[in-house]
Amino acid sequence: MSSNDYLKTMGAPSFDELERAGMLPSLADLAGRGCVCVECVEEIPCNPCETSCPQGALVVGYPITNLPVVDRSKCTLCGLCIAACPGLAITIKSVEAGNAKIRFPWEYLPLPAAGDEVEMVDRLGEAVCAGKILSVNSAAKNNRTAVVTAAFPAAFVQQVASIRRKRHGTV
Amino acid sequence: MAKAGPAGLCAAIELKKAGAPVILMDENGAPGGQLFKQIHKFFGSREHKAGIRGFDIGKELLAESIALGIDVRLDTEVVGIERGLKLWAVEKKARSYTEEAAAIVLATGATENALSFPGWTLPGVMTAGCAQTLINVHRVLPGKRVLMIGSGNVGVIVSYQLMQAGAEVVAVLEALPRLGGYGVHTAKVRRAGVPLRCSTTILRAEGKESVERAVIARLDERFQPIPGSEETLEVDTICLAVGLTPAIELSCIAGCSQIYVPELGGNMPIHDEFMRSSVDSVYVVGDLAGIEEASTAMEEGRLAGIHAAHAMGYLDEASMSAKAEETRRRLSALRQGAFGQKRFDAKRRILEKKAAV
Amino acid sequence: MTNEGGNRIERHPILGDASPRKEITLYFEGRAIFAREGEPIMAALVAAGVSVFRYTKKGAPRRMFCGIGRCTDCVMIVDGIPGVRTCVTTAADGMKVERQAGAGRWIVEEENSNG
Repeated sequence: MSSNDYLKTMGAPSFDELERAGMLPSLADLAGRGCVCVECVEEIPCNPCETSCPQGALVVGYPITNLPVVDRSKCTLCGLCIAACPGLAITIKSVEAGNAKIRFPWEYLPLPAAGDEVEMVDRLGEAVCAGKILSVNSAAKNNRTAVVTAAFPAAFVQQVASIRRKRHGTV
Repeated sequence: MAKAGPAGLCAAIELKKAGAPVILMDENGAPGGQLFKQIHKFFGSREHKAGIRGFDIGKELLAESIALGIDVRLDTEVVGIERGLKLWAVEKKARSYTEEAAAIVLATGATENALSFPGWTLPGVMTAGCAQTLINVHRVLPGKRVLMIGSGNVGVIVSYQLMQAGAEVVAVLEALPRLGGYGVHTAKVRRAGVPLRCSTTILRAEGKESVERAVIARLDERFQPIPGSEETLEVDTICLAVGLTPAIELSCIAGCSQIYVPELGGNMPIHDEFMRSSVDSVYVVGDLAGIEEASTAMEEGRLAGIHAAHAMGYLDEASMSAKAEETRRRLSALRQGAFGQKRFDAKRRILEKKAAV
Repeated sequence: MTNEGGNRIERHPILGDASPRKEITLYFEGRAIFAREGEPIMAALVAAGVSVFRYTKKGAPRRMFCGIGRCTDCVMIVDGIPGVRTCVTTAADGMKVERQAGAGRWIVEEENSNG
């Protein structure tokens, strides 16, 4: 197992660390329908991503500390794994005609709403570009993890990890 | 059975399922231990209830214990254990009585560690677990701007939950050169804009009647503050997530031999693979038997329950072995990988010590 | 809903909205504050924005530390009895809660001996 120095000092994985774990999709992977992005580079005992996948496209196997592997030929991009991951480490990204989209897990208030103008942030929480919320899925099966879709300029597809959290202010 | 947290509840459930009469005592007004403040989805696999949030697991276990008709005695402190498995309990601080048992399972959990620095006794400095109890169980915010000390899973999970509750986390400090918690937890906190700072510690907390600011500094490789690196952070709350220590008091009273295992939190009763302590028919499970996770605590509780049921004649040898084997398989699945290996090795040392006794 | 200190978490992404609970009254240093039935005294004081629960013998302020009944940082005089752990003592309607200095004093006894 690699030492993941960046992850273990900054808190979030670097492109290199994702690449080494086979978890940084290429621009070709992201083009068109896009692909699922799993950012889970440490061997932790966990496999709900595998059991949540109806297609058997996400495999952890035994022992359950194996890193998850995605079989993109089987993945239908249904997104069930996004809310199933206890580490909130899964997103789905795609690029089409200069526009990128990200589907990501969200467990804060306020919950964004379709049409909201938002700031897209990278893995370190730094603002990288403006974005727009396309949809918010709060289905009961997601067990209180909302799955949000946002659009933003394609140039930032590799950096973007989430949206800026608005202060939920006086509760 | 002493204490109705995840380990104690699981032990009681296994015993009752086998047909053994069980009494579950807990000093708190509600069972569940610290499970009800865990509002995140658990790790592990489906058989470990992965993906289910801690408080939902707590509710499931309570429902199961009620359905089984387990005699749960709340507001009941176990204050002593005498030879011959005689247990001394105090109910509602008003009535004291003794109860004789054929087996006792101790599941007394752990206490959070403190960290001493000038100002650490000021109002506003509290353990991470205290803040977690306040926000997730009692639904009140202890402060608006929080500094977290410690980047282990507790520190980063509670940081995340403080933000979910509406507080700002100003920074997470880690004295070691590397972050302690799972990368997925630190990543979650980091992308919310919270700086995670290694080789950094708190020098002092300042404020008149409560915390108004924290002075922090970088540490050199010998853990000495680097002069000139001091910074002041405006915070009203400082949370300490600097480890846990097994709550061994009752196990000591019961006469259980102890072992010092720093990786698992300090002194703890030695035990074998069925969670038997050095005292006949006294079992030790959960954080008491070494700090791990709620998921491992539940499996250890089940192991003790299964074995105690067998020892008292409620389970035959074959079903006991089969059930224990199955539980141990689930348990070892949780102790693999870089994070689990250290705990697995430490647990093995405890078993060897027990075998030698 | 009462939220004097602004510290009640009424809405939460995981726990959902706070369910309505009966409000009861505590008297903190003689001042009426609201508590929700079933919660510990500590929670009501935090909700009301009380930042000092007691003073040590030397006059240093203290609040709560462990929140689960282990450390005794949060002890106060409750209905005349000093040293009560407010984090594990359920609030009751009409309860009188006072800061204690040092080990505190038995208010009932003093009143009796004085009166």
